[in-house]
Amino acid sequence: MKYFQKGTHKKSKTKMEDVKLMKGNEALAEAAIRAGADAYFGYPITPQSEVIEYLMQERPEDRTGMIVLQAESEIAAINMVYGAAGAGKKAMTSSSSPGISLKQEGISYLAGSELPCLIVNVVRAGPGLGTIQPGQSDYFQATKGGGHGDYRLIVLAPSTVQEMADFVDLSFELAFKYRNPAMILSDGAIGQMMEKVYLPEQKKRLTNEEIIEKYGSWATTGKTKNRERNIITSLALKPEVMEKHNIHLQEKYKRITENEVRYEELQCEDADYILVAYGSSARICQKTVQLGREKGIKIGIIRPITLWPYPSGIIAAYADKVKGFLSVEMNAGQMVEDVRLAVNGKTPVEHFGKMGGIIPTPAEVLEALEEKLILNK
Amino acid sequence: MSTTIITPEDIIKKGKIVFKKTENMTDNTLSYCPGCGHGVAHRLVMEVVEEMGITEKTIGVAPVGCSVLAYDFMNVDMTQAAHGRAPAVATGIKRVFPEKYVFTYQGDGDLAAIGTAETIHACNRGENIVIIFINNGIYGMTGGQMAPTTLDGMKSSTSPYGRAVETMGYPLKITEMVAALPGVSYATRQAVHQAKYVRKAKKAIQKAFENQRDEKGTSIVEIVSNCNSGWKMSPEKANEWLDENMLTYFPLGDIKK
Amino acid sequence: MTEEIIIAGFGGQGVLSMGKILAYSGIMQDQEVSWMPSYGPEMRGGTANVAVILSDERISSPILNEYDTAIILNQQSMDKFESKVKPGGLLLYDPNGIIRHPKRKDINIATIEGAKEASLLKNKRTFNMIVMGAYLKLHPLVKMENVHRGLEKSLPKRHHHLIPLNEDAIQVGMQKVKKVNTL
Repeated sequence: MKYFQKGTHKKSKTKMEDVKLMKGNEALAEAAIRAGADAYFGYPITPQSEVIEYLMQERPEDRTGMIVLQAESEIAAINMVYGAAGAGKKAMTSSSSPGISLKQEGISYLAGSELPCLIVNVVRAGPGLGTIQPGQSDYFQATKGGGHGDYRLIVLAPSTVQEMADFVDLSFELAFKYRNPAMILSDGAIGQMMEKVYLPEQKKRLTNEEIIEKYGSWATTGKTKNRERNIITSLALKPEVMEKHNIHLQEKYKRITENEVRYEELQCEDADYILVAYGSSARICQKTVQLGREKGIKIGIIRPITLWPYPSGIIAAYADKVKGFLSVEMNAGQMVEDVRLAVNGKTPVEHFGKMGGIIPTPAEVLEALEEKLILNK
Repeated sequence: MSTTIITPEDIIKKGKIVFKKTENMTDNTLSYCPGCGHGVAHRLVMEVVEEMGITEKTIGVAPVGCSVLAYDFMNVDMTQAAHGRAPAVATGIKRVFPEKYVFTYQGDGDLAAIGTAETIHACNRGENIVIIFINNGIYGMTGGQMAPTTLDGMKSSTSPYGRAVETMGYPLKITEMVAALPGVSYATRQAVHQAKYVRKAKKAIQKAFENQRDEKGTSIVEIVSNCNSGWKMSPEKANEWLDENMLTYFPLGDIKK
Repeated sequence: MTEEIIIAGFGGQGVLSMGKILAYSGIMQDQEVSWMPSYGPEMRGGTANVAVILSDERISSPILNEYDTAIILNQQSMDKFESKVKPGGLLLYDPNGIIRHPKRKDINIATIEGAKEASLLKNKRTFNMIVMGAYLKLHPLVKMENVHRGLEKSLPKRHHHLIPLNEDAIQVGMQKVKKVNTL
């Protein structure tokens, strides 16, 4: 599945007042209002505080009826999401790495209870309090579980401000389609930078009647006489029941894996080397491709858009054709494990990363490619 | 005022209903220990919901603790919350469904230890919800460990020599604490281990739900209860101990109304 | 056409807002733009910089290691960014407070007395528009009508009465810019 190129497809039908220069965080917040979200619960943390600041400034309650609440902690915020999502409403929260760690208990409950919602992580480099500068060191946490138990989140990785806006509605659509929490895994660079963004059209919020009609079979909308009570829970004391629930979850994850993989492929057709990168790293790598091709090195990019489900298929398809893959990440080497699993030993896979909030430059990526894959051969 | 005298004949008369379980309680067998106050407290909440005619509008939040399975017994839409988080979960529901009735049903470990922040801040925001708080001075479900409300000198599996307040802290009067917050409209302490207390407790629960209807802010109804298995006593002895010890430290009555 | 610019100086000099107005002007000209700040708990008086890219094509990396243009407004930024200008590129700076002037011979160098001109205009906040005017004189990437629309879009409505003042400042910058080294 190829993904659209930025911008071009939208220009004709977007009104000029909906073309804005916005920070990624602001674009995401505006897109949440326009996606018809019912509620945002959050707690400030750099580098994503603009999300709640923007929402508070915009008074979405007047615009669409969307609720915005500053919680006393990230833990409370995710549990407010749990309550609202359990009621069948479109609920979301956002935070950055240390805050997302605090939310993990709630995220596990949301996944276990099969509640659709959106969690946004504008990643900063860790561990611990780390730094407020961008990182991609929460890849494992986002894609492999994060909290306790066998579960998965649908994880989308925007690499432009436009995608920060576009992925809000997409996340909610996928979350409700599969009754599963979705995560936007961004980073401080995408959150803080401004780019041109074509804002999506305003979607209507569902009315309570529409919610009862669509989700009344499971959501806590109030037990009417014509149905049994609805229960939102992740608890089953009997292991046989819990096993059945787990099997059901795994079957759902399999369906998501089969149907929802998204990625972008750039200049791979004739490539000798492929860079695999998402988010801001993918942007940096696009420049690297330019620099490399000017030197006569044929480089392409595979940019995973869904980090889970992971686009293993397309990576495997190129494994026979190229001389090597370089996984470029702002971490010590996390996604590279998924690249290696997909390549399955057919060709060398190396990792290049910067840690601690340092953003690699396009030239450094090219140097690493030459050193690790070309000269070493 | 006229009084109707019920004769034994009235009671045994065929077809005459003198007591009926509210339909808001399911037919599932309660998982609580014989003599435990949870069953009565469940019934009172569900009776009030039925009598106020708000069953279809009521959403409950069950905690972690003995009443984790409250949704097996309460026949309304229910959400099970992570340990201590019920007031935040209830906030989420109430904010998106302001016209519904939302209540939490929590024990002392859940509400007054791990969930202290969620409790205080929901109350401080004056969330328009009802909090039913069962205080039996111990962690019942996990086997009788010390709770924030465990009395001075009281034995539990994690205070086997008695709670030493110098090192383990003092039994927490959280209802008095939240009563001090402007967001709280009603804070009361009740009991259900004797018939005379049960009627008062029901009235308190009703007042709490009426406050929610009238959008008065948070109402918290603490119910001082027993835990005969956790306290390692017979049900009868536990009730005596409750009278003599728990009610001295946690006196009954309205704290804020 | 792609122009990669770094604007660097003290917080409070209007570095970030100059970048924003430039980027908005680019949007009004139907260009792709990006605005990447060095973010953090920077206070007034601390350093601040922003990388702005204007392009006719999809923008690849918003984070760069070399620039077509560096607009330098304090000594720390001069020390940091003089070497990051691409050969043949442009370094524009305000000599006010600069003690080590640029030495490179392979780039175009120009100065604008922004601080001085702003005090002559009796409004220190026109500083950044004076500097932007100097830049637009040297690299007329965006038309003045689009700068006007960019100002309209980037300033809140309550500040729209200041647009003429800002445009005057841009004109001052255009007139007062001095070329120091021209290739």
